[in-house]
Amino acid sequence: MHDLAQQIVSGLAQGSIFASLALALVLIYRAMGIINFAQGELAMFTTYIAWQLTQMGLPIWLAFAATVVVAFAGGVALERIVIRPVERANQLTVVIVTLGLFISINGLAGWFWGYIVKAFPTPFPTTPLQLGGVAFSAQDVGVIVVSVITLGLISLFFQKTKLGLAMRAAALYPEQSRVLGIRVGWMLALGWGLASAVGAISGIMIAPVVFLDPNMMQSVLVYAFAAAVLGGIESPVGAVVGGLVLGVVINLLGTYVEAIGNELRLAAALAIIVVVLLVRPAGLFGHVTVQRV
Amino acid sequence: MPALLTVRNLTIRFGGITALNDVSFDVAEGHITGLIGPNGAGKTTCFNCITRLYQPTSGEVLFKGEDLLRCVPQQIAGKRIARTFQNVALFDHMSVLENALVGYHTRFPGGLAAWGAETAATREAMDVLDRLGLAGIANRPAHGLPFGLRKNVELARALMVRPELLLLDEPAAGLSHDEVSALGDTIKRIARDFSTTVLMVEHHMALVMRISDHIVVLASGKTLADGPPDAVRANPAVIEAYLGAV
Repeated sequence: MHDLAQQIVSGLAQGSIFASLALALVLIYRAMGIINFAQGELAMFTTYIAWQLTQMGLPIWLAFAATVVVAFAGGVALERIVIRPVERANQLTVVIVTLGLFISINGLAGWFWGYIVKAFPTPFPTTPLQLGGVAFSAQDVGVIVVSVITLGLISLFFQKTKLGLAMRAAALYPEQSRVLGIRVGWMLALGWGLASAVGAISGIMIAPVVFLDPNMMQSVLVYAFAAAVLGGIESPVGAVVGGLVLGVVINLLGTYVEAIGNELRLAAALAIIVVVLLVRPAGLFGHVTVQRV
Repeated sequence: MPALLTVRNLTIRFGGITALNDVSFDVAEGHITGLIGPNGAGKTTCFNCITRLYQPTSGEVLFKGEDLLRCVPQQIAGKRIARTFQNVALFDHMSVLENALVGYHTRFPGGLAAWGAETAATREAMDVLDRLGLAGIANRPAHGLPFGLRKNVELARALMVRPELLLLDEPAAGLSHDEVSALGDTIKRIARDFSTTVLMVEHHMALVMRISDHIVVLASGKTLADGPPDAVRANPAVIEAYLGAV
């Protein structure tokens, strides 16, 4: 029973990382109607920046905060410089641009920091936490706490601030929003910044577990896709719930179903994507869009 | 009455099609002006030029003497001009109150003054919703509201701009006979209560004739007639082309 509790908490920790990255995907999808294939690589690159800052002597939490700010600014700059010129092109063009970003950022990280796997310092204590007589990994509990705080702040931002409201409006009806005085282009850039910052947090949280290398986020991105599809690609709440459910299910399957083990966890996530798309394409929290033709 | 809005020689072409051809008219301050004409006459195109969603080929649009054609669309609300759309475009995933608050966007103060501004904005939004009979559903999602209520929510959102000029694009479309009757009273009341000038595109002739102080008639992108309702009603060209059925 203790083992099951530990596996569930461990699954929730992984799930909250999937949830953060899935939320980043959903933020961009809602604003532009496209999947940002570079989201994972952006997270990886910013995690390298955090690592670089720790190498320069910055304490890990300070490096964490600085990286989130840099990631936000980088996301905004990327949208203004790379995405804006193709903003009015068809969606496939923008998707191809994000694929180009994926390859470029991956290559840049390899060029700057090499392909040798590096250890990333954990911001959490290494001694287990005793809760209700069960020993839980402090890393797992810490990741859950950081993710809950992040997602809570994002939710407050969108629900309670002028800017959050404007971003939600601009994502749905750009033309009407413009006439109401909203600077739609900048809202899009802020969306990229926010997604990039959330992605950076997910990268820093998972790096101590998967270690640092330019390909570290690629499997995490597949899990995040699965989480976003499961929750409903347009739903931020769905991304969070989808991520947590996926984290727990995948962890329990990997631990207790011998045939799946560690090797087939990613395949199980892909299977979830296929099954959800076949059975409930809008996901758990999404709405089916009816289009007049 | 001085002109609040002056449209002069407005022309816009889309490829080989001339949607507006040398259209000129004034909208007097404090008046309700009806902009009528058959489908394809260029009425909504005219709205889109005024609100800068379209760039006219030539002409002038002066608001309080300032050339609106020098503005970008996101500056229009700041000039205290608001509009509704032919196809009601509510932010469906937001509540009725949040929809109204989006209309407040340009009036939010910047910097430290923004502190606590949400409370003032919410209080004002609730007042506007109350005036339109929507206060009771303020926290309901816009998604799934009956069509008549959706139109009122869009009107509330436009009123949150505190417009000096309110452009209504077919406000009566899709409404029942009783709803249209109530709408006429609502438009007159909000024009008075909010001290706003109204320019209204509408096909419902009885409504236009009842509440308009002045009517502009467009046909095939040109101004066909321009005058008070009685004069427009008596204009033979207008009777033949548009009001024959009334």
